[in-house]
Amino acid sequence: MKATTPLRSFTRALFVSLLPAAAFAAPGSVDFQRDVQPILAEHCASCHGGVKKKGGLSLATRSDAFADTKSGAPAIVEGDAEASELIVRLITDDEDDRMPPEEPLSGADIDVLKRWVAEGAKWPEHWSLKPIANPQPPAVERADWVRNAVDRFVLARLESEGIKPSSEAAPRTLLRRLSLDLIGLAPDAARSDAFAAAWDKAGGVERERLYSEAVDELLNSPHFGERWGRHWLDEARYADSSGYEKDSARADAFHYRDWVINSLNADMPFDEFTIRQIAGDLLPGASIDDRVATQFHLMCQYNLEGGVDAEEDRTKRVADRVTTIGAVWLATTVECTSCHNHPYDPMSQRDFYRVYAFFNNTDPVAVFAGTPPTDAKKRLEERAKKWGPIADLIEQQVSDKNLATKLQGQLTQMRRYDNDKGFTRVLGERKENRRVTYLFHRGSFLQPDKESGEVKPAVPSAFPQVDAGGKSEADRLDFAKWLVAPENPLTSRVTVNKVWMRLFGAPLVNSVRDFGMRGAVPSHPELLDWLAHHFMHDAKWSRKSLIRLIVRSAAYRQSSHARPELAERDPDNRLLAWQARFRVEAEIVRDLFLQTAGLLSEKTGGPSVFPPLAADVAALSYANNFKWKTSPGEDRYRRGLYTFFKRTAPDPNLVAFDCPDASMTSPARGISNTPLQALTTLQNEVFHEAAQAFAKRLLNDASLPDDAARIDCAFALALGRPCDVDERKAMAGLLAEAKAYYAKQAEDAARLIGPHRAGRVSAADNAAWVAAVRVALNLDEFMTRS
Amino acid sequence: MNPQSESLLQTRRQFLTTSASGPGGAALTSMLAADQARAAANPLAPKPTHFPGKAKACIFIFMAGAPSQLDLFDFKPKLKEFNGKKLPEDMLKNMRFAFLQKDSATLLGSSREFKQHGQGGMWFSDLLPNLARRADDICMIKTMQTNQFNHHPGQLVMQTGTSMWGFPSAGSWLSYGLGTENQNLPSYVVLTAGRGTSGGATLWQSGFLPSIHEGVRFRTTGSPILNLANPDGLPTSLQRKGLDALAALNKKQFDATGDAEIQGRISNYELAFRMQAAAPELMDLSGEKQSTLDAYGVNRPDPKKKGNRGGGPGTYSTFANNCLLARRMVERGVRFVNIFHASCDHHSGLDEGLEHNCGMADQPIAALIGDLKERGLLDSTMVVWGSEFGRTSLGENRPGYKKISGRDHHPKAFSAWMAGGGCQGGLSYGETDEIGWEPAVDPVHVNDFQATMLHLFGIDHTKLNYLHQGAAMRLTTIAREASVLKKMVA
Repeated sequence: MKATTPLRSFTRALFVSLLPAAAFAAPGSVDFQRDVQPILAEHCASCHGGVKKKGGLSLATRSDAFADTKSGAPAIVEGDAEASELIVRLITDDEDDRMPPEEPLSGADIDVLKRWVAEGAKWPEHWSLKPIANPQPPAVERADWVRNAVDRFVLARLESEGIKPSSEAAPRTLLRRLSLDLIGLAPDAARSDAFAAAWDKAGGVERERLYSEAVDELLNSPHFGERWGRHWLDEARYADSSGYEKDSARADAFHYRDWVINSLNADMPFDEFTIRQIAGDLLPGASIDDRVATQFHLMCQYNLEGGVDAEEDRTKRVADRVTTIGAVWLATTVECTSCHNHPYDPMSQRDFYRVYAFFNNTDPVAVFAGTPPTDAKKRLEERAKKWGPIADLIEQQVSDKNLATKLQGQLTQMRRYDNDKGFTRVLGERKENRRVTYLFHRGSFLQPDKESGEVKPAVPSAFPQVDAGGKSEADRLDFAKWLVAPENPLTSRVTVNKVWMRLFGAPLVNSVRDFGMRGAVPSHPELLDWLAHHFMHDAKWSRKSLIRLIVRSAAYRQSSHARPELAERDPDNRLLAWQARFRVEAEIVRDLFLQTAGLLSEKTGGPSVFPPLAADVAALSYANNFKWKTSPGEDRYRRGLYTFFKRTAPDPNLVAFDCPDASMTSPARGISNTPLQALTTLQNEVFHEAAQAFAKRLLNDASLPDDAARIDCAFALALGRPCDVDERKAMAGLLAEAKAYYAKQAEDAARLIGPHRAGRVSAADNAAWVAAVRVALNLDEFMTRS
Repeated sequence: MNPQSESLLQTRRQFLTTSASGPGGAALTSMLAADQARAAANPLAPKPTHFPGKAKACIFIFMAGAPSQLDLFDFKPKLKEFNGKKLPEDMLKNMRFAFLQKDSATLLGSSREFKQHGQGGMWFSDLLPNLARRADDICMIKTMQTNQFNHHPGQLVMQTGTSMWGFPSAGSWLSYGLGTENQNLPSYVVLTAGRGTSGGATLWQSGFLPSIHEGVRFRTTGSPILNLANPDGLPTSLQRKGLDALAALNKKQFDATGDAEIQGRISNYELAFRMQAAAPELMDLSGEKQSTLDAYGVNRPDPKKKGNRGGGPGTYSTFANNCLLARRMVERGVRFVNIFHASCDHHSGLDEGLEHNCGMADQPIAALIGDLKERGLLDSTMVVWGSEFGRTSLGENRPGYKKISGRDHHPKAFSAWMAGGGCQGGLSYGETDEIGWEPAVDPVHVNDFQATMLHLFGIDHTKLNYLHQGAAMRLTTIAREASVLKKMVA
């Protein structure tokens, strides 16, 4: 997987996450969340948490901490440190009694805990579980800087620290930033020129109009859904194969991918987007699209290895769904609670199985992808007849080991049949023979805890409860609606936080998938709440509206140049005094190469494609069971998100640039910087072909009279800006050297040019241009959003 | 706290800051801004260990598919005696098998000849005559246990400590914890021979660790690393000139923006260029003596016998080649080398299959140990032989099999060994019961084995951490307490 390196800006952001809050603290007063919780989490939770309650004491929640202990001595007596066993045991001289047993706490830590107890041992509700507030945007001194409410929060904070925001970025930078952020492609050169020219002529109001038009143009582009859809696919653990040893192709997975893209392009409100994916099949009059949305749940892995216990594998998938939903919508780490109570968050093992129960009676069923044909009924009957008992038993089938090997073959054939006949699999709710949910002792499906009784579907007890709509028992649809109910304190916060991250390189809450006790605290809590409230109530869950609001802020438009004077004080830019600068994602790196070269196909949707791949990569898959046949025609040059993703043998061009491996939900990608990336963009077949085509594009352009003009044009196409004197000189120098070499080395020239021979120049000049443009395409600026 | 080990230990500050991470905290988070350019440039710089350890490099030979320990290392005369007998029901009650039919399965004695070797009297079957001569360098564990009985999950446990996807392999952890000694080569290299493993690329993934710690696969034909060679028709002179121009222009951008990441990028392009020279030099065997090549069996032809399970032609020479390359890599400072070979899954045709695979593996691995020793590298290089699990004492009787000629997957007891790197040579650790069904004494979980590996490197396995999903993850997993096997440490 590549849910890996923290975003570079994260690592910076982490560093100071505690400083600004401290700056606001009243002198002497102890803040539970800021000062106390970290000590408890680090030094106490492993023995006195939700898992092990040694001595009967757990410090996981307030009610636990104040409950009776085994010894009878109260752990905490509000306002009285000396009567509190918690404190007594920290400072005792008796080695046998002293806590923690290995090493005493530092004097400073003890002091914090003592003062906290003395001040009343306040244990406020965790910030992320409090209802979402609707704070008033604060007043600021520099009101002229403010473009919308977002800026008031950002600027008020900067002003309180005596820091000035950065100036606005140059128009070409702004346009490129917007374009990369919203559609993942660069603006074309002519558009950049026109935008910059109009900008220079325009006054303030007119500039605002130009900017807003650009924003709307991008939000309305069909590429918007591709860009933001890919973010969602990371969270959905999307792949085109089923995982584990067999890792069979899922040639129908693209239906879900396209549903995500289309939903984003149509600006489907996030609440509907959620409900359809969680329980679209249960909506009254559910359409095929509503049901395809539930493929979200089928993106998890299937182990079809011979000898796998099918029930074990099924229960793992159900648990994976619970874990994924916990991370994606609630930013709550629930995976550990499949085996035991949460060590520090208010989530019990029973809570895990309550949510599990919503998904325990689901099975995949086949439906037609797209509009059902008029003879749909007949075809479904044919299908049922042809495949007999396995037709709708995709999840249960392998329980008989003896059938397993034969069935794997049949399932592969059936999938092929389904693809050919237009079927795809979606989630369905089991009507008969419904499974009863029990808590699994230590997470083992072989040890259902029948003594403690059936677990009925419900949401974790720390949250506002689900509304069953008068039914005796809540169903999956009720759960879906609960996720996006206005009372739910997490979904909107979690979602706006991730949208913010895509637009600023770092989120407001650094731990995007953990809003729990060990997660980060928001850098701008009021802004987070205001956005979360706005998203639900004003924007009506429209992601395009939310994005429009944020990108139109002055905060977003700031220059991304580093602020050396703040390097020590706020190295991670938690205060948002400048914009972020970061390398674009794996797919986009290649998209930009293809786009600049003029090769990119702008076709959207459809089955996944196979761009060129080194022959021995696919051979890595189990027993060499997978053949990678390079797509012909324009499919060779499709955007990176359409590349077939084989989990056990993913395209190394994607992996090298931190594309996640789809093993689990990945709400944020790392941004690494490695020599293998340099090797990839310098020499990989796909990237080199882009250099060849780019040279040809420049040389075949009759409007470019000479090399100087071509160099200018190369920079305009690659970077959306004119090149300067130094750059022109460097490129001209390289070109001259290369020309001299290839004039003598005709064979090398022919080989470097490959199939992309330009029409009007000598082979030597053509080859020299290939050698030169590959440098332009490898510039840091080229693959960086700034 | 020893300030030297701070890079590996969780300081409070680091804990607090990394715990605030989203997709994963990083060791780098406690750095000051001034260090960032350097770190961005080189997260692979060598790092100090927690305490002195002899091992500096590891060559992990993974015999995927799971070879039968009962026909190689774990000599069980009683099993032969009980051949054809059924096991008592209570021994089978809580067992799950991949294919085996419990009610009718019978014990299967080994057809191999076993002898004791070396001063410690270590048992080897006749299939590994060369390795047997290295008995005094080998530390054999006969009581390995895992919790998975299917290939891919089992392979993940052996490589990453857990059957879950998305966790870093041992090589990635060592790269992350220790960096590497040769900045012109990757810290973690993967070599493969034969058909693909069940796990594919997931077995050398860096998981939630930064991708620089991912295993880099070296190919034995063509360009050794993917994308290493210049584009066809581009001479090195022009590559150099291109990179000079690139560096100059990137430097300009750095001056304009002040973004330290650009310096990292400049360094990485330079490292890529140096790698272009260093990797082919590494792969070039022309400087090796003929006697060395012969000792490893480089260029051996495949035997014209049955037993090759889809490995394709040239498996013998590729495997030998890989062993020799592994030595050349550790000689040059590579931290971790994985050699994968996948076709030991002998549900049937065990005798001829195992004979074929041992014919491939025995000579080169023995030569590798000898060669490392001769060069004074064995003390600092840990050679490991491992697999995802072992095989059953019962013969496999899955329906459709006409005769019983193989064994099913067995997680309860299997053998693995290491040599060098400060482990106790000549030691046989643990004993299984009379039929090799389960440990009679000293069971060793895979995580214990991994804890011991790290220990030999001077690393406390509980303190080589990375914050992920709110917990300080480690190779030996937070799900159970692993122990270092002190007896294995010389």
